[in-house]
Amino acid sequence: MTVWRDAALTGWGRALRASTRAARPERANQLIEALDAAGPSLCLYGAGRSYGDAALNSGGATVITSRLDRVLAFDEETGEIEVEPGAAIGGLLRDFGPRGWAPPVAPGTGFVTVAGAIANDVHGKNHHADGSFGQHVTQITLRTGGGETLTLQPEDEAFRATVGGVGLTGAILSARLRMRPIAGDKAFVRERRMPSLDAFIEAFTESDRRYSVGWVDAAATGATLGRGILEEGESTGEPSRERARRARAIPFDAPPFLLSASVVRAFNAAYYARIPKDGRTRVRPLSAFLFPLDALADWNRLYGKRGFHQFQCVVPPDATESLRAILAEAAGSGLASPLAVLKRLGPGSAGMLSFPMEGWTLTVDFPAAQASADLIGRLGATALDAGGRVYLAKDALLPPSAVPRMHPELDAFRAVCDRLDPEGRMTSDMARRLRIRRAADG
Amino acid sequence: MAERETWIILGATSSIARAFARLAAADGADLLLAGRDEADLERACGDLRARYGAKAEVFLFDAREPGDSRALAEAAAARPGTLNVAVFLGSMPEQTAIDVDPDLAAGVIADNFSGVVSALHRLAPLLEERGDGVVVGVGSVAGDRGRLKHYVYGASKAGFHAYLSGLRNRLARKGAHALTVKPGFVDTAMTWGEKAKPLMISPEAAAADIMRAAKRRQDVLYTPWFWRWIMGVVQLIPERVFKRLSF
Repeated sequence: MTVWRDAALTGWGRALRASTRAARPERANQLIEALDAAGPSLCLYGAGRSYGDAALNSGGATVITSRLDRVLAFDEETGEIEVEPGAAIGGLLRDFGPRGWAPPVAPGTGFVTVAGAIANDVHGKNHHADGSFGQHVTQITLRTGGGETLTLQPEDEAFRATVGGVGLTGAILSARLRMRPIAGDKAFVRERRMPSLDAFIEAFTESDRRYSVGWVDAAATGATLGRGILEEGESTGEPSRERARRARAIPFDAPPFLLSASVVRAFNAAYYARIPKDGRTRVRPLSAFLFPLDALADWNRLYGKRGFHQFQCVVPPDATESLRAILAEAAGSGLASPLAVLKRLGPGSAGMLSFPMEGWTLTVDFPAAQASADLIGRLGATALDAGGRVYLAKDALLPPSAVPRMHPELDAFRAVCDRLDPEGRMTSDMARRLRIRRAADG
Repeated sequence: MAERETWIILGATSSIARAFARLAAADGADLLLAGRDEADLERACGDLRARYGAKAEVFLFDAREPGDSRALAEAAAARPGTLNVAVFLGSMPEQTAIDVDPDLAAGVIADNFSGVVSALHRLAPLLEERGDGVVVGVGSVAGDRGRLKHYVYGASKAGFHAYLSGLRNRLARKGAHALTVKPGFVDTAMTWGEKAKPLMISPEAAAADIMRAAKRRQDVLYTPWFWRWIMGVVQLIPERVFKRLSF
């Protein structure tokens, strides 16, 4: 018998929350039982790392899948692995990294579950080289909203709707994916100062490393607009002097002055200057390189009680002027936090509603407030006007009109949802806010 | 470590047991996962094999079936090297449900106490014989004092604590050891249905704490540690006051 409890769940940004009836099954048969007993409004929640409302379902039922985290099969020869939906990406790296296999794509936090990585078709620091997460998935076992269990292959329409489909086709019961062979579970990391946005763009275009990511000083304006640190990496078997650390906890919600413009400016200047002028190279644990923020458990508390919004967009490769305009507006606002990231994406994506597309992706955090919401609205509009997209996994603020503009396959997606879930059980606060399932639904 | 080491896990489907089994497997130990849900135990074994290359097997075990204890002891005797046993078994129906149907009490006592004792009492001679090995018995802070909300459960755990204390005394003479674990609030399926509790820790954190204590051959572990102090205070409350409290 499924145990339901009234729970208040939040997105990772903690700006949005939902009162929901939640179940957290621990066994495969309990998962199916919970899905079937959930009633007419059902949403799936993994590690809770979506920032906005993609995994929230106010007034409905939520099934939390994080406890179903077993590896069901692993082929040492091919690296193909089958897992339950709640298996964490970081745990796979921890357990298989020493044996020479890594999750094919790792987002910025290792806490993300495999099902969450599929539902958001996540990308990582190797996107330009290896594409999106969904491109490495070879099979999905899906419990549809209609209550059927389907085995989906990459060529199936329902597969392409499930990948990046923010949980709206049904619940992933298990998934098979190809892990990637690595030279070792350490990373050879080169860090270089980038004095301006142009320097960044040139360096990204020339970089031939497997992993690359840029930290941007989103408080810098004028001639230093877009300055930051470019980190490039390759996996290596060489030993690292740095030890894998246990996460430190943030024990309380931080006070608001921590993110005032002057504190952020001072922090960013110091963070930039910490890398020597001619750069530096070092060997780090691969997990520390891939998941820098996981060293601080619950770092979202740094934004205080009100929480924050993370804005992430992508614009096409030649839309560098739009990128510059977005960055200039963010930097000029005095609202941006120290966490801002720039990356070059390749063309790879695997789903109808996937975020990744070739171009430049920029991520900036803002403390939750009306001024931030207005600003994020303008930044998103600029990105969409440039032919770009905003990342649903991060979003809490887009208007419904944005979805058809970002996702030309939206009608095909809706048709698959209608077929797999004719009664429209699969939903979320995001699905209702953005009217993802149908243009007119409330 | 001896040439081979086996952890026998009773109640292996619980979330703390799962996390504990992973730690043991990562250390290179063999696993015998004992419990009732064969399909789930098979998945758990598959996980340990895939992640850690561990030798892991399922043993179907029901604490309410005396024959299962005998069979378990035979299976254990056939294994070479060091034998360790960890007991995560237990059940906790609502006290009010037991008040309505007192027959439920016998099942709770079997799951938490009598069934476990009959298994451990058959395994103990093996640990004595081999002169090493650790028994980890997971009791509960609820066993430190009977409370209105959970006193049948608490009584069964208190009985288990007393048994473990005697077993520790016995095993210590032969080089083996018993650890009593008293968890506070752990975020498991057992506590999911209740109201959100303060000071809750994850099953992974509890398992890591327990493994550390087992390796150090600690006698009694409160996890997280501050429950020792909370229960110290709870035990100091005079009975004439305590009987009026309902927490």
